[in-house]
Amino acid sequence: MDFNLSDDHRMLKDMVSRFVREQCDFDSRLKLLKADKGHDEAVWAQMAELGLVAAVLPERVGGLGGSGLDIMVVAEELGRGIVVEPFLATAVLGAGILAEEGVAGRGAELLDEVIAGGHKLALAHYETGARYNAARVDAKIEGGKLSGAKTMVLNGGDADSLIVSAKDGDKLVLALVASDAEGVSMRAFKTHDGFGAAEVSFADVAVGADDVVLAGAAAEEALGRAIARAVLALCAESLGAMENARDATLEYLRTRTQFGVPIGKFQVLQHRMVDVCLEIEQARSIVLLAASKLDAEDRDKHMSAAKAFMGKTGRMVAEEAVQMHGGIGVTWELELAHVAKRLVMIDHWFGDTDYHLKQFQKLSKAA
Amino acid sequence: MRLEYSEEDLAFRAEVRAFLEERLPAHVSARTKAGLALEKEDYLNWQRTLQEKQWVAHAWPKEHGGSGFTPFQKHIFEEECVRAGAPELPPFGLSMLGPVLIAFGSDEQKAHYLPRILDGTDWWCQGYSEPGSGSDLASLKTKAVREGDHYIVNGQKTWTTLGQYADWIFCLVRTSSEGKPQTGISFLLIDLDTPGVEMRPIITIEGGHEVNEVFFDNVKVPAENLVGQENMGWTYAKYLLQHERVGIAGVASAKETLKKLKKLASETDDGEGGKLIDDAHFAERMANVEIDLMAMELTNLRVLAAAQAGGAPGAESSMLKIKGSVIRQELSDLMRRAVGPMALPFMPELDQMGSNEEPIGPDGAHLFAGQYFNRRKYSIYGGSNEIQRNIISKMILGL
Ligand SMILES: Cc1cc2nc3c(=O)[nH]c(=O)nc-3n(C[C@H](O)[C@H](O)[C@H](O)COP(=O)(O)OP(=O)(O)OC[C@H]3O[C@@H](n4cnc5c(N)ncnc54)[C@H](O)[C@@H]3O)c2cc1C
Ligand SMILES: Cc1cc2nc3c(=O)[nH]c(=O)nc-3n(C[C@H](O)[C@H](O)[C@H](O)COP(=O)(O)OP(=O)(O)OC[C@H]3O[C@@H](n4cnc5c(N)ncnc54)[C@H](O)[C@@H]3O)c2cc1C
Repeated sequence: MDFNLSDDHRMLKDMVSRFVREQCDFDSRLKLLKADKGHDEAVWAQMAELGLVAAVLPERVGGLGGSGLDIMVVAEELGRGIVVEPFLATAVLGAGILAEEGVAGRGAELLDEVIAGGHKLALAHYETGARYNAARVDAKIEGGKLSGAKTMVLNGGDADSLIVSAKDGDKLVLALVASDAEGVSMRAFKTHDGFGAAEVSFADVAVGADDVVLAGAAAEEALGRAIARAVLALCAESLGAMENARDATLEYLRTRTQFGVPIGKFQVLQHRMVDVCLEIEQARSIVLLAASKLDAEDRDKHMSAAKAFMGKTGRMVAEEAVQMHGGIGVTWELELAHVAKRLVMIDHWFGDTDYHLKQFQKLSKAA
Repeated sequence: MRLEYSEEDLAFRAEVRAFLEERLPAHVSARTKAGLALEKEDYLNWQRTLQEKQWVAHAWPKEHGGSGFTPFQKHIFEEECVRAGAPELPPFGLSMLGPVLIAFGSDEQKAHYLPRILDGTDWWCQGYSEPGSGSDLASLKTKAVREGDHYIVNGQKTWTTLGQYADWIFCLVRTSSEGKPQTGISFLLIDLDTPGVEMRPIITIEGGHEVNEVFFDNVKVPAENLVGQENMGWTYAKYLLQHERVGIAGVASAKETLKKLKKLASETDDGEGGKLIDDAHFAERMANVEIDLMAMELTNLRVLAAAQAGGAPGAESSMLKIKGSVIRQELSDLMRRAVGPMALPFMPELDQMGSNEEPIGPDGAHLFAGQYFNRRKYSIYGGSNEIQRNIISKMILGL
């Protein structure tokens, strides 16, 4: 066994880490929160140029990898910097689906542009009232017309095209729809963790054969893989954010003085900081395990294990870090507060702890 | 032993309930129940309405215009107010400064300030904490130097809750650096309109504005604004803390949130064709908090009964503060959890008074995550839970 990153992965990690430090600073993030756009076009263009879309795609389509570890390495660094660029929506979900074997038509042709950063994607899948149930799709395609509504579409407001799940008869279809196509209405907003998202509805939107990315069993499998990749990316982001929170809190324990000593001298805080560090080590293990299982048969069980763990531990790390900062921990101007919000809100994307615990129970009964 | 309320208490409850039904404005109740901020005028109007019955100042004796409620009456009153969605009146003048003035203020101070607190002429805020002095309050540095018949105040206070609405601030200031830090502190009343005072907002984690920082640059304060004796301020401040027993646990508001949570869970789809309230995981989370809250309610009543019997205040308020904050934080966690993905939207513009934008998801869902983040303050302010534990281990356990 070897738990060291390969040279390639180490280089990728260092590159993303440097980029995030230099280009995705906290002040810019605060400004973005007040802007209409969900992210910074220029930053995204640079990220694409650095190959961060390609990094999570297979070589077959011009990518550089696409393994679980590739996703983990990039997402962890983005999570550390609480970056709100559409990596998850465009690269992991969108491009990931277009890179599936068997994708034909417009979708396949679009991929190069997506890799180059010239075209942004979002996955419009979850529906209102379905909670985290990814199996429920009520949107319909009938006679070449798409109708239905999708909720909490990550980066939806900034996407050029949406990949929409819908039923054509009993068959699941993933279709490519331009965001500004006739019949598409979009309500974009920000989320508590700083991302852009949208409620999207479709009223008789024309979907031609060329717009169909995948259909039937192939679409279902591709969607399952896409969601698994997204879960992994979120877990890795959470891990990076935890380490950010840990470092900031450790630094605060060393520098904040009360009663004439650094507050880190108080044993009760020392022990709680130790517990935070122990849980983060556990978190790294569960995410590594998930990354290694992305293409395995028991993939979903491991994704659910990781997501359930990260949801629970993300909350614990966030709450402890805020508490140990005292009053300053609940202020908007402090980066840690936004890291804490990301850690907690990650649980609201792609299934929370309770949902994944239940999934895990089902899947682990079998084996 | 008898765990029921007396006939008198029940009659009192009915009286309060009837009054609230008749007099509480609907828009105030709706915003309060949704957990949204109110305008200053809403608080003041409600305070004036309540004072028609002399129901505003519960920590004051009747002869000063206080309610004279017994501890149980205070508790019942709080429960009914929360149930009806009455706004919680800011405690700074009514529960904090008032009792200190009554106990330690001069006759002139009592005659001048107390009526103005009661009728809302003066809105007070609390200036204790400083950037370098939070848990270690006694290390505070804001300095007041006596020059003739004035004090000259220099320094900074922070975390001043609702200071943006305030006319006056009561401050702990350093008047001596001799001896123990606690012995050089004085209690000073400062008009926020005095030249040299500047107030700046602090935005909290969820994006709201409820706290501020206050800067003092050579602020001239008349010497008669000193409360009690110079260098005795710490004693007065401690007196104040010890008298904050009733209501500190927030039992009434926790019970109301629990009701709201159950209603929400019974209306929310679980995504599998059922309702969330029947989801085993979620139901277990709710049951655990509910049981904690049942115990908490009785613990609170036990403390009240001891207070009613005239027992000296001890470290009970620390116990109530710890358990109450944790339970309310847990409830806020369940509220955001309950609405699942619908907790994600951050839409501060929706919460503005008079906004007619449509919310996303069920009513109020977009607020729950923000409230959860904001409620982290419960275990930090007014003496963090760590400090409360230190107090209990020292005062009760003798460690
Ligand atoms: C089943 C068992 C097998 C053992 N086998 C062996 C063996 O093979 N060889 C051997 O040499 N010993 C052995 N021990 C002894 C063991 O190492 C000691 O019990 C242990 O070091 C604790 O010491 P103590 O029992 O004196 O407790 P104490 O040291 O008196 O501790 C009492 C409590 O105070 C806490 N405490 C102490 N100091 C601090 C501090 N600075 N900060 C915070 N908390 C503190 C402790 O954590 C504990 O909760 C064994 C003990 C057990 C129970
Ligand atoms: C929303 C909000 C409203 C507030 N309103 C007011 C107000 O109106 N007026 C006012 O004067 N103040 C107000 N405060 C200030 C509040 O009382 C302080 O934030 C609180 O006392 C903690 O101080 P601190 O923030 O400086 O944290 P610190 O004291 O720096 O504490 C940091 C961490 O260290 C821990 N710690 C510190 N000392 C010890 C110890 N000895 N042992 C173990 N752990 C320790 C703390 O528990 C905390 O976890 C408010 C604060 C907030 C957040």
